[in-house]
Amino acid sequence: MTWFEKLLPSRIRTDGRKSKHSVPEGVWSKCPVCQAVLYSPELERLMNVCPKCSHHLRIGGRKRLETFLDPENREEIGIELSPMDPLKFRDSKKYKDRLLQKQKLTGEKDALIVIKGQVKGVPLVTAAFEFEFMGGSMGSVVGEKFVRAANTAIKYYIPLICFSASGGARMQEALFSLMQMAKTSAVLQKMSQHGLPFISVLTDPTMGGVSASLAMLGDINIAEPNALIGFAGPRVIEQTVRETLPEGFQRSEFLLEHGAIDMIIDRREMRDRIASLLTILTHQQPTSPDEEPSWPVVIQDLDDETEVKNELHEDES
Amino acid sequence: MNLNFLEFEQPIAELEAKIDELRHVNHSSDEINISDEIAHLQTKCQDLTRSIFSSLSSWQISQLARHPQRPYMLDYVKLILTDFEELHGDRVFGDDAAMVGGLGRLEGRPIVVIGQQKGRDTKEKIVRNFGMPRPEGYRKALRLMNMAERFKLPVLTFIDTPGAYPGVDAEERGQSEAIARNLYVMSSLRTPIICTIIGEGGSGGALGIGMGDRLCMLEYSTYSVISPEGCASILWKDAEKAPEAAEAMNITSEKLKDLELIDTIISEPLGGAHRNIELTAQNLSKTLQDNLKELDQIPINNLVENRYQRFMEFGQFEEN
Repeated sequence: MTWFEKLLPSRIRTDGRKSKHSVPEGVWSKCPVCQAVLYSPELERLMNVCPKCSHHLRIGGRKRLETFLDPENREEIGIELSPMDPLKFRDSKKYKDRLLQKQKLTGEKDALIVIKGQVKGVPLVTAAFEFEFMGGSMGSVVGEKFVRAANTAIKYYIPLICFSASGGARMQEALFSLMQMAKTSAVLQKMSQHGLPFISVLTDPTMGGVSASLAMLGDINIAEPNALIGFAGPRVIEQTVRETLPEGFQRSEFLLEHGAIDMIIDRREMRDRIASLLTILTHQQPTSPDEEPSWPVVIQDLDDETEVKNELHEDES
Repeated sequence: MNLNFLEFEQPIAELEAKIDELRHVNHSSDEINISDEIAHLQTKCQDLTRSIFSSLSSWQISQLARHPQRPYMLDYVKLILTDFEELHGDRVFGDDAAMVGGLGRLEGRPIVVIGQQKGRDTKEKIVRNFGMPRPEGYRKALRLMNMAERFKLPVLTFIDTPGAYPGVDAEERGQSEAIARNLYVMSSLRTPIICTIIGEGGSGGALGIGMGDRLCMLEYSTYSVISPEGCASILWKDAEKAPEAAEAMNITSEKLKDLELIDTIISEPLGGAHRNIELTAQNLSKTLQDNLKELDQIPINNLVENRYQRFMEFGQFEEN
């Protein structure tokens, strides 16, 4: 304290001190890999990728889709769905209470967000898991929303992209949860029968029932760098084989090496590269960031599937 | 303690031991006729078994499903199929002994059969990897299912696994993809599929050969998204709470039937399948034949569409 401050009346003194120290909570975050201290709004602008070491921090499902999609023509699918507790499940806490708590925390009704929109002018349906909602676990609502996402893609004859981030099945829904693996895989089979591409983007982490169903069934499987991806969790494997696991085990680079995924894409390039892949798969002109979208048609309220089909394939002939 | 009996069956074991003892006495002495006493004890034993088995907890049933003497896939294959020929290998990497598949006849009718196989003694348990298939097991199953479609043979699957193998090699070869691919293909396979859980239905490892037109369960088998022990150690942070977890997850045939997640319960003899394998096999065979007859009546396009719709209906949620 300086001599000048000492002279001031105490009321003024405290006020001054308070304003000096009142840094709002959460302005700074730390990169878990390089320990760099990062300014949160800046980190958010960079889509939660560390500017120092390029580590991909987790990103919320809604945020993910907001940064991935064009701002135009967005329409959320399946907002009418909310979870139930069919088994009246109760462990140390009631499932109902867990749901309420997570709904409050995330602002989402369940762990999957589906938005129909466009990326660089290419119309598509996107789905993203919210990992903060009970570990992105797949219960009945997640399964049903995914099915509606795929059915929307079929209805409008457009591709489907899913960003997965999930610990697997939702134990509190027991066998109902397991059956979502069957349900989501079946609807992807239906999509492929319509000749529509499904691109699966596996992000940190994608494990268990989600990786053993929809997430591994992409026509193209993409992973973000260094994401944990696998069937059994590393701890379970360690307990089974009783040895420490090699470094990098079940990481994206490991999966690429073993042929499970097509490529690893940096989050900051995701929009460009997925848009480019989609235009190739659907016989469209390439997109470029400077030009107007080459695939501007967003078909609103069109029920006749065949009509849409013709329109989209005009370029081919 | 008799190791062929589970803990909750010990009173039955004691009574049966007593009967055996009396029989021995009966043989050695002609003077005392104790056959009346034996008959009396036998009725008593039956009553006791009936009363114990009439109110089994989910945890007790899950122990029965893993009973060391419980019949395994090949035991049933021997009893209900003729001309069985095992087919090996996934044509890519290897042959997985934890997953058995082959051709055979059910009452003369040609079929493809696929199922997990556990081992009886220590050596066989290791060979069979405790019934936990690796990716090559699921890919062998897939190869056989595709073949079944090609030759218009119905597929019968027998499910009995603690789960798909959680090991380093399994991850390297794509355990997730192998299971996912089976779900994808089974959802539209153009031939009837009947799945039966004969013991443990362990999560994705079970579902990987478990998507069909009919899902049956032997009375004392279980089907769950995670083992009771696994669930207890995650949600209760204590594996000792497995009995609670078993109850909460609704893993028994009866509860799953009530929830309309399975179609048929195949009854087991008093005391469980291992007490009378022949009778269990008869019940199993009859159920499979009845279901095949029903499925035969349905044109293949409708069959596949019905199967698809059935999967779409799985799940409970609110809509508003």
